[in-house]
Amino acid sequence: MSFLLVQALSGLATAATLFLVSSGLTIVFGVTRIVNFAHGSFYMLGAYLGWSLIERFGTTPAGFWGSVAAAALGAGALGAAMEAGLLRRLYRSPELFQLLGTFGVVLVLQDVTSWIWGAEDLLGRRAPGLKGSVDILGQPFPLYDLMLIGLGPLVLGMLWLLFNRTRWGTLVRAATQDRGMTAALGVDPARLFTGVLFLGSALAGLGGALQVPREAVNLHMDMAIVVEAFVVVVVGGMGSLTGAFLASLLIGQLQAFGILIFPQITLVLVFLFMAVVLVLRPHGLMGRAEEIPPTTAASLAPPLSAGAGVGLWAALLLAGLALAPLAAGDYALIVLTEMIILALMAASLHLLIGLGGLVSFGHAAWFGLGAYGAALLVKHLGAPMPLALAAAPLVAGVGALVAGWFCVRRSGLYFAMLTLAFAQIVWSVTFQWYGFTGGDNGIVGVWPPPWAAGKAVYYWLTLALCAGALALLRRAAFAPFGYALRAGRDSALRAESVGIDVRRHQWFAFALAGSAAGLAGGLYAFSKGSVFPTLMAVPASVDALVMVLMGGLQTVSGPLAGAAAFHLLEAEVMRVTDWWRLALGLVIVALVLLFPKGIVGFLADLRRRG
Amino acid sequence: MTAAPLLSVQSLEAWYGRAHILTGVDLTVGRGEVVALMGRNGAGKTTTLKAIMGLVESRRGRVALDSRDVSSLPPHRMARLGVGYVPEDRRIFADLTVEENLEVGRQPPRPGAPAWTPEKLFALFPNLAEMRGRRGTRMSGGEQQMLTLARTLMGNPSLLLLDEPSEGLAPIIVRQMADAVRRLKAEGLSVLVSEQNLSFAAVVADRASVIEKGQVRWTGAMADLMADEAARRAYLAL
Amino acid sequence: MSRPGSRLEVRDLHRAFGGVQAVRGVSFTLESGDLLALIGPNGAGKSTCFNLLNGQLRPDRGSVRLDGAELVGLPPRRVWALGVGRTFQITATFASMTVAENVQMVFLSRARRLFGLWRPAAACFREEALALLDRVGMASQAERPCGVLAYGDLKRVELAMALASDPKILLMDEPTAGMAPTERLELMALTAALVRERGLAVLFTEHDMDVVFGHATRVLVLDRGRTIAEGPPEAVRADARVQSVYLGGDA
Repeated sequence: MSFLLVQALSGLATAATLFLVSSGLTIVFGVTRIVNFAHGSFYMLGAYLGWSLIERFGTTPAGFWGSVAAAALGAGALGAAMEAGLLRRLYRSPELFQLLGTFGVVLVLQDVTSWIWGAEDLLGRRAPGLKGSVDILGQPFPLYDLMLIGLGPLVLGMLWLLFNRTRWGTLVRAATQDRGMTAALGVDPARLFTGVLFLGSALAGLGGALQVPREAVNLHMDMAIVVEAFVVVVVGGMGSLTGAFLASLLIGQLQAFGILIFPQITLVLVFLFMAVVLVLRPHGLMGRAEEIPPTTAASLAPPLSAGAGVGLWAALLLAGLALAPLAAGDYALIVLTEMIILALMAASLHLLIGLGGLVSFGHAAWFGLGAYGAALLVKHLGAPMPLALAAAPLVAGVGALVAGWFCVRRSGLYFAMLTLAFAQIVWSVTFQWYGFTGGDNGIVGVWPPPWAAGKAVYYWLTLALCAGALALLRRAAFAPFGYALRAGRDSALRAESVGIDVRRHQWFAFALAGSAAGLAGGLYAFSKGSVFPTLMAVPASVDALVMVLMGGLQTVSGPLAGAAAFHLLEAEVMRVTDWWRLALGLVIVALVLLFPKGIVGFLADLRRRG
Repeated sequence: MTAAPLLSVQSLEAWYGRAHILTGVDLTVGRGEVVALMGRNGAGKTTTLKAIMGLVESRRGRVALDSRDVSSLPPHRMARLGVGYVPEDRRIFADLTVEENLEVGRQPPRPGAPAWTPEKLFALFPNLAEMRGRRGTRMSGGEQQMLTLARTLMGNPSLLLLDEPSEGLAPIIVRQMADAVRRLKAEGLSVLVSEQNLSFAAVVADRASVIEKGQVRWTGAMADLMADEAARRAYLAL
Repeated sequence: MSRPGSRLEVRDLHRAFGGVQAVRGVSFTLESGDLLALIGPNGAGKSTCFNLLNGQLRPDRGSVRLDGAELVGLPPRRVWALGVGRTFQITATFASMTVAENVQMVFLSRARRLFGLWRPAAACFREEALALLDRVGMASQAERPCGVLAYGDLKRVELAMALASDPKILLMDEPTAGMAPTERLELMALTAALVRERGLAVLFTEHDMDVVFGHATRVLVLDRGRTIAEGPPEAVRADARVQSVYLGGDA
């Protein structure tokens, strides 16, 4: 009994931190309508800043709490700077650019943090005056955690007062409902938004700084917390503070007791919970249905050109690639093999984004599922490579079929969040199911059989399979199926009114893209000889998005060029510097800032001016 | 009126997507004057008011306030210069109470324009006084329309852009609305009101500009429009 | 193309939005050969009526029957499949496709071949699409992307898309908005001809009274969600209540 009580209390302490972070995320989303990936980075920076300050001043209670406050303000200032420098230019951009732009900031801040504080975990000082523990029915419980439990409702209360009893809060609530009208009443939207980003990021920083006495400060804190905060915000209802509070409590308890009941799948539990909530209450616990206007004007959509003589060029390229082993050495062949695999991966994602307008933030899940499907068959059943390669697209396709059923129920940002959540489910199962998947040790020794072990032979095999899959994807893009997908993207309203079942096409496309990515993953497993959970982590999904973006959305061949360019860039930059994430982050931020309306929007602007 | 008009609009053009809605609107509003912008559905009345306020994506032409060129100012700058905009679709903040809605509109007093307080506005719109703590979701169309106007007045504007204030309202509310507009004129406000309802316009307006297919086709005293049956038939009637 | 006449019966439709009654008790019947104009001031409930008829909105009360079959509760694509086509007030075409491809999509949809993965879509139903485009005067622009068309031309593409499904009933929401006066008359003359040729029944909203009284066979006037007059154009034009709604009267 007392054990359960302590477990429940520790769940409440977790919930308090979760609420601090997710309240900030939900406030920022409510006003800007941007899902801010960098929110987790502000949490991490709050922790690092807090650690440094507490190390120096944290011996007295005043010094400790002053350090925590200063760390929160520092994170807030960074958030405000990001609003003024980046977000402000993205409010009218497609979601893909908003999400990618903030993810670019994540990458930059990761390397900057690593540069300043180093890669080692940092253990912080405990809070003066709160070092002990209290007895709760005979069980010791940390005093500091008890303080955190009280802090959650306190912050909720203060935020409530801020939003309901101050002019600034009233303006923020008004802008959350109708930005345009608020501006027409004389409120400068830019200043209001900067303030909101300051507040939201400061809350994240506060949550981070408060963790210093509880856990080691490390470079993985950002993604871990932001994904959890996404879940809280989606479960609570995007933009709702009370919803975030409720969801934090529920998820805190779920984690506290989940670890007792299902120790193997604690990470998955929250995502399953989210999926269940979204099916039962599509807008979250306290969220409201977004009002969808009955008619929407067709947006400027990228035309998709077949291009003249594509067949000839494709044949020439294929012939050139097929002859490559005659001239290229082993290293070049390895790079080329990976490039071709990534091209298939990018093309499969392009099917969703370029044709369907569906921005998936979890496409690496299917790549990873294919890779693991093949590797597990080899490891556990000793399957031969051809069988494992055949299974890869099937396993991934089935996974995508199940996840897709949920995901296509929502569009836009919610779709992106759902794909991210499913990718996290796949990732966490792989990461946690140590006995089956090897956890973060991965699976090694997945090599091709002797007949295909030569770099040239494996290269030819990859080329043949990927070229075939690419040809099929291309065929589908120009077949009625691809057109119906585009029709749903161009104008869902019109599509439905001429009998096109948009959702079913999207679902099918999701499964098709998933299985193509799965084939790419299977080939990747045998080319590397090993698989690791990072293959399906969020950064891998973002890599795929960057490839698609670099190649441009408007042509079917774009992603191929994008994948090639990305892989070359990655290989080259990694050769000269360790700061690969910094470079990639800056490239992403530059891309979204230079082409805030997308590359196609940019071209359309050029045409209008010219 | 010899002084420069308070609002002067020249060759104002505006687009909605690729549709060219305003092809060249010219009109003026003098100090203390109420001008009715008349025209059929789809003639460009609402777009004209939005374009003056800076609420359309692309516009061309000249808008001058007090002889100062304000053609490229964003909406919040227009509001701070004393232009109050009351949208036709009301757009009250439904989650906010009546008093909070008023608070969003509050701006510092401005010399040369009547200064408003919630109390003064509650005197003007007695219905609102009874529901100051009520949220917008629980108000009727007429009450919402009153609140929209009151909220804009909290910015102490010298010029009011009033979009179809009588639309969709019961006759008794329309009469209250007309009374309110006349009171505002008496307080010294200038008003540009878009209107389809001829009798409403006749009651409140000094002058009328009639818009048709994105251009002003007829301008003159309101009384002249009432007397000119040919013009009414040409631009307004069935 | 003539076939037994069809009949759309609309009975006592109601729909409120957050306490505001947008449509309250609208009833009418639409039969083959009708060109029924739905007019009324802004906010009278015309667009809501349209959205109720094609399944985009669900009425709070009332029924819509096509040849006896209830349409209320069906999603738009099912209503379409039963023979109710529509065009939109703000044009909605597939902007990334050519004019011909837009029409081909409708043929593909009707033939239930949208899940085809092999044969290029651009080669399917091309002749049929070109023939329809010729009928609406868009054949010369068949290869242009819809995203670059002039507004009036988009309206004609929409008409061709609606016709491609060979509908019994055609709902046209402001078919001539944004068009030049001569274009308007051309489009309505074309619509009237199609009604005669194909035994269509058309319901349309319109602001241009020249178009309404020049082409409609019947006129229905809405005001604040209610029908205030219905009948032949001349009778409606002379109606005192209609006059007061449009001219202001003593509202």
